Amino acid sequence: MCGIVGLFLKNPALRPELGNHVSTMLAEMTSRGPDSAGIAVYHRPTVDGVSKFTLFHDDDAYAWDEMTGRLGAALGVESDLEKRAKHVVLAVQSSEEPVRAWLAANCPDVRVMGYGSLMEVYKEKGLPADVLRRHGIPQMEGSHAVGHTRMATESIVTTEHSHPFTAAPDMCLVHNGSLSNHNRLRQWLKRRGQSFDTDNDSEVAARYFAYRMSEGASLEEAMEAGLKDLDGFFTFTMGTRDGFAVLRDGIACKPAVLAETDDWVAMGSEYRALAHLPGVDKATIWEPKPAVVYTWTLN
Amino acid sequence: MIDVDIAGTKVRALNQRLHALPKDTNERAWRVLNPMGAHSIAAGLTQPIEVRVEGHVGYYCAGMNKEATVLVDGHCGWGFGENIMSGLVRVTGNASQAVGASGHGGMVVVDGDAGARCAIGLKGADVMVGGSVGHFSAFMAQAGNLVVLGDAGDNLGDSLYEARLYVRGSVASLGADCVEKKMTPHHLAKLERLLAKAGMNADPKSFRRYGSARKLYNFHADHADAY
Repeated sequence: MCGIVGLFLKNPALRPELGNHVSTMLAEMTSRGPDSAGIAVYHRPTVDGVSKFTLFHDDDAYAWDEMTGRLGAALGVESDLEKRAKHVVLAVQSSEEPVRAWLAANCPDVRVMGYGSLMEVYKEKGLPADVLRRHGIPQMEGSHAVGHTRMATESIVTTEHSHPFTAAPDMCLVHNGSLSNHNRLRQWLKRRGQSFDTDNDSEVAARYFAYRMSEGASLEEAMEAGLKDLDGFFTFTMGTRDGFAVLRDGIACKPAVLAETDDWVAMGSEYRALAHLPGVDKATIWEPKPAVVYTWTLN
Repeated sequence: MIDVDIAGTKVRALNQRLHALPKDTNERAWRVLNPMGAHSIAAGLTQPIEVRVEGHVGYYCAGMNKEATVLVDGHCGWGFGENIMSGLVRVTGNASQAVGASGHGGMVVVDGDAGARCAIGLKGADVMVGGSVGHFSAFMAQAGNLVVLGDAGDNLGDSLYEARLYVRGSVASLGADCVEKKMTPHHLAKLERLLAKAGMNADPKSFRRYGSARKLYNFHADHADAY
């Protein structure tokens, strides 16, 4: 069992409250996933030519400033560092690829949780309320966010195995369910040049969708293809630069509730995750149909 | 009317109060406010009381109900009225999956749509749905009635035993061993009584009846493809 939430603000006036609302939603899903929690927040767009990375190291005393200095010297770039518990947000005046390559070669124990121009990803072991508080999520503004509370079934409980999983710039995936063909699909993706951080089944799904989109598929097309290629139970919520998407498998064993008002669209594993949102009493509330792709995009 | 605000108490405290009522209680009318999607509201009731819930509820609301009347003014999550023994449970909005699962007796009414696996494993209860039902409804249903005023999703009545299914709208597909059956005057009269009891206004003649072909009760090599 796991819990998923997503909140997408249509009314910009609500953006200062994004972190507050989505934190309440995620905390409501604690009983579905007390092992670990994670959240991707879309906010603070970088200026042109700057890439943003959310990095993690398990050592509280990790020398982030020293690492940033070495990165800057090696690549000849300026960068900004912001620390949040064991995570840092690193903004670098560079495209993404050289930074990721340098990190992989020089700091193999530093985890890249997410990257792009908008998305920041914070995830850790522990109760959702603690993870949210440690990273100051309730105080964050933004346009949309996707979160996950994990009760592990397929792989070990570590920060790395927590959701969301990132496989492309500003893209992340959270998953409630389990995939039964992830080993074979992982091999299939590896043969096509994809690399993996963990043995987690949900990471395979994230990289599968990213691979399909890198081959030219739209978000909808990638998810449609996933209905054929992914075997198992799933409710997915995917965050993208300008929106989010929801997909359930054809049997729909895993729960999902959607709600929409003029101001927002919200997704939760259960209604109680949405029950505190402003105006929910007037929202249209429904269950996403099995094997139907739902997407929302910022205008 | 006794009001209980879930925002100020726990569901367990509410249910314990309801469970502790003696058979001859005078506290027969209850109202539950601000359910906020909480699970197991008014589950396991055993006395002939009426509980009205104002708002959306989570999973297993009015599960295992005996004698009581539970009315939900809102939507509900999975397992509404699951394993009902007797009494009446009703939701005015939509219900999620597994409405009335394995219900033995009494009636479950959904005024809106019900999700997948509605009336799964039914054992004698009557499940009435004003809207449509999702896939695999009445899966392995043994006894009782499922009445659907709207449409039914794929695989209706898969591996059905002796439950009777009445659908007014379209059926996306029938499951293994489920077939359409003749609507006799006997069935029309039964259906009319069910609709009247549920307060649903529909002409029994506008329904089609489905039931078990009884080919899968025992293994037979000729039916291997249907298993």
